[in-house]
Amino acid sequence: MLRSSREAALWSIGILVVLLYALIPVLWILSLSLKPADQLGDRRFVPQEFSFENYETIFNTETFTRALVNSVGIAGLATLISILLAAMAAYALARLDFAGKALILSGALAVAMFPPISIVGSLFNIWREVGLYDTWPGLIIPYMTFTLPLAIYTLSAFFREIPWELEQAAQVDGATPFQAFRKVIVPLAAPGVFTSAILVFIFAWNDFIFANTLTSTDEARTVPAALAFFTGGSQFEQPIGAISAASIVVTIPIIVMVLIFQRRIVAGLTAGAVKG
Amino acid sequence: MSERRRSERRLAWMLCAPAVIAMLIVTGYPIGYAVWLSLQDYDLRFPDDREFVGLSNYADVLTSSIWWGDVWNTTIITVASVSIELVLGMAIALIMHRAIFGRGAVRASVLIPYGIVTVVAAFGWRYAFDPASGFVQNLPLISDTAAPLTERGGSLAVIVLTEVWKTTPFMALLLLAGLALVPDELHEAAKVDGAGPVQRFFRITLPLMKPAILVALLFRTLDAFRVFDTVYIQTAGANGTETVSILGYQVLINRVNLGVGSAVSVLIFLAVILIATFFVRGLGASTARQRGEAA
Amino acid sequence: MADIVLDHVTKRYPDGYEAVKEMDLQVADGEFIILVGPSGCGKSTALRMIAGLEDITDGELRIGGDVVNDRAPKDRDIAMVFQNYALYPHMTVRENMGFALKLAKAPKEEIDRKVLEAARILDLEQHLDRKPANLSGGQRQRVAMGRAIVRDPKAFLMDEPLSNLDAKLRVQMRTEVSRIQSRLGTTTVYVTHDQTEAMTLGDRVAVMRTGRLQQVGRPSELYNDPVNLFVAGFIGSPAMNFLPATVEGDTIHLPIGDVPVAEEHRRGLQSGGARSVIAGLRPESFEDAALVGDQRERGIAFQAKIDVVESMGSELYAYFAVETEGVASQELEELAQDAGTAEVPGAESGQVVARLDAASQVSEGAEAELWFDAAKLHLFDAESGRSLRAA
Repeated sequence: MLRSSREAALWSIGILVVLLYALIPVLWILSLSLKPADQLGDRRFVPQEFSFENYETIFNTETFTRALVNSVGIAGLATLISILLAAMAAYALARLDFAGKALILSGALAVAMFPPISIVGSLFNIWREVGLYDTWPGLIIPYMTFTLPLAIYTLSAFFREIPWELEQAAQVDGATPFQAFRKVIVPLAAPGVFTSAILVFIFAWNDFIFANTLTSTDEARTVPAALAFFTGGSQFEQPIGAISAASIVVTIPIIVMVLIFQRRIVAGLTAGAVKG
Repeated sequence: MSERRRSERRLAWMLCAPAVIAMLIVTGYPIGYAVWLSLQDYDLRFPDDREFVGLSNYADVLTSSIWWGDVWNTTIITVASVSIELVLGMAIALIMHRAIFGRGAVRASVLIPYGIVTVVAAFGWRYAFDPASGFVQNLPLISDTAAPLTERGGSLAVIVLTEVWKTTPFMALLLLAGLALVPDELHEAAKVDGAGPVQRFFRITLPLMKPAILVALLFRTLDAFRVFDTVYIQTAGANGTETVSILGYQVLINRVNLGVGSAVSVLIFLAVILIATFFVRGLGASTARQRGEAA
Repeated sequence: MADIVLDHVTKRYPDGYEAVKEMDLQVADGEFIILVGPSGCGKSTALRMIAGLEDITDGELRIGGDVVNDRAPKDRDIAMVFQNYALYPHMTVRENMGFALKLAKAPKEEIDRKVLEAARILDLEQHLDRKPANLSGGQRQRVAMGRAIVRDPKAFLMDEPLSNLDAKLRVQMRTEVSRIQSRLGTTTVYVTHDQTEAMTLGDRVAVMRTGRLQQVGRPSELYNDPVNLFVAGFIGSPAMNFLPATVEGDTIHLPIGDVPVAEEHRRGLQSGGARSVIAGLRPESFEDAALVGDQRERGIAFQAKIDVVESMGSELYAYFAVETEGVASQELEELAQDAGTAEVPGAESGQVVARLDAASQVSEGAEAELWFDAAKLHLFDAESGRSLRAA
């Protein structure tokens, strides 16, 4: 059939274009990170020679290794706290009947739209006064807050889908309320919680503006901010190879996570947005 | 109110309280503090000269050509990137929605730009267009000596390209969710009614997706208006590419002028409220129309 | 207006599954034909192929004499009513009904006139400017009908248009659909899984099962002369009882007694030794023996222990068991699966349902004397399931 084979060809082209679109910049950075120093200027998309010297360099650079530890720790803790608080709120929003629901949801929406630049000045000043400037909590607090709306929206969308009457069914079947919660509800809620956690983690991992303004040393600087402060041999020459290698290092975990959990991430991203 | 309902309500508020308090403290208090700071002459280099000056910081900002130039730059970047994203995102959403095969591959690949750290994306594109190292100048049809990041038009184009690349997937996913809400049966009915593919898209799909499109546009417009990371990495505001967020950062953090910087911050906040109100109005009206309430 | 001809039409999916197999069907100009069958029998697929929403794998489809296999839906000049109505939620009733004409670039006055005319037929005039969301189920259904009427197409295609209405409204709309169709005289193909709808609505009914057309005929033909076990079991409510029987010479041994072989079965049976067949007994061919009177001679009377009595007011349903060894027919098993019930009455368990006059005194748990009208006995080949009544 002529019509459908032409259609199939069109779809294939479309899919190919999308794949190239998504992958070219990533492959480009990967290519840069694998080029030996003397070939960084060869402007080729595919390296002529492969070398891991850039990776050796960054893993021997304290600025980067510290930043990596900071990034993992800060993003991880912010995710943990954000999900905990959001899960409590989302449970109430999804299951309990109370006045003020709309108020909380629109408040969360307002925070989601809030421009961080509008408060970095204030936070900068307040953090210096209360001693949070250039510390882990100094970043964890804003990350946690700014991811709360996203987490609340996605979690309450997920929670609304849980067949809660199963909890009662389990109790009728002889489970204690706690067992019913642990054996029935937790496994049902886990995928949603997990998805929200990934989205929150990506946000915190990605942030640059808070990391850049609220830190000044290796103490709490995360990778995105550290990348901007990388300096090469001379002040005017940026260490392209090292930055590319560092970029790949922070990108790979996210890509792996995104690829493994793609279906859930899509569900999470859209559940929050559409139902909100 | 029954005792049961009262206790349910109490429990609900207890569960919501930590999140609500956190959001209030970390956004509400600082924005209030920013308003207060913006009314003062407060430069950290001269902390002893701190004094209350009323609205004069705002007057300074609003009469400066730098502010308006930056507003203009931000608007260009926002409008250009959001409109390109809308078209491109719609195309990708349609591919994901209608493709007979390879759907998973497309979904997985578009999530890569979404997951990548903006700073990394900005570096990647910057190096790609760098005359000394970039592969772009090696491509046919492109001048060997072009250095887009050294002049305004080129810099704006690369910034928009980076933003579009990074955030189109998000747009596409939101639009895809909207597409999924248009029942197949309506397409079939329109087919039988004699509508071709183009007519079906414009007369059935688009009108029904309007709320989803508005939500996607709202989020992306606000996001684009706050653009900071990409500009900071690629030009740091040079070549006439400074945006309002970069301006705020320069004044607050580099020049540590908290008074004027806070005025800029508050103005950005007001601009965001303005944009949001505009969209939410449109959204309310369009969903009401859809439900037939206005008729 | 036009006739519709399906000539060996087949739908095969890429995975090899055949949803419709070699379907032959002639729908005359102006005829109202019903496609009926259990879910998954291919009736909707057949309809969607006529509409052009599904490609035809093999065979030929002609509408008004033109082969339309490769024509897009919009070029077939047909209108369709969907199960969920498929009303455009962003358009008013008026816009919904006029949409097809607008796409066809009809002049505005003509659109207005036709929409108004259809609205009058359907009693929708006062709702023209409302959105579908503000209409009741019945009103939405009428708008969907109106959208089809407005176009004055060669044919109406209806895909279970009443199945989303509640029972009372469904009966009401059934009459309305019938009235509109006969008033407009437009060729109509109507898909349903509801055999009552099929029997009451159409000029002719086409029964389908697993992609194959089983029988096409007037409702009375299907009821009186089902060609096989499937049609016999599918048409009629409550469904026909099936019992194993053996034929020896001129006598049929039924679990409820012996009856002579009727003239009409003689040729189909051919004589020979003893032969196993499946007997089909419609519930309405039973009666309480006490109420039969002088017809008694025509049939057989037998004793049964009544298990359950359901009173419908106007009639009674009496359930009883008969001694059988079970009917070993693959046809029957498949029939049971298709019908979605655990078992076909009579087949496995020997459970039989009889419809009796409301005046009957039978009671649960008691023995009763029942009567069966031997002239109404159906016989089927145990192997093929085909009716043994000579055509």
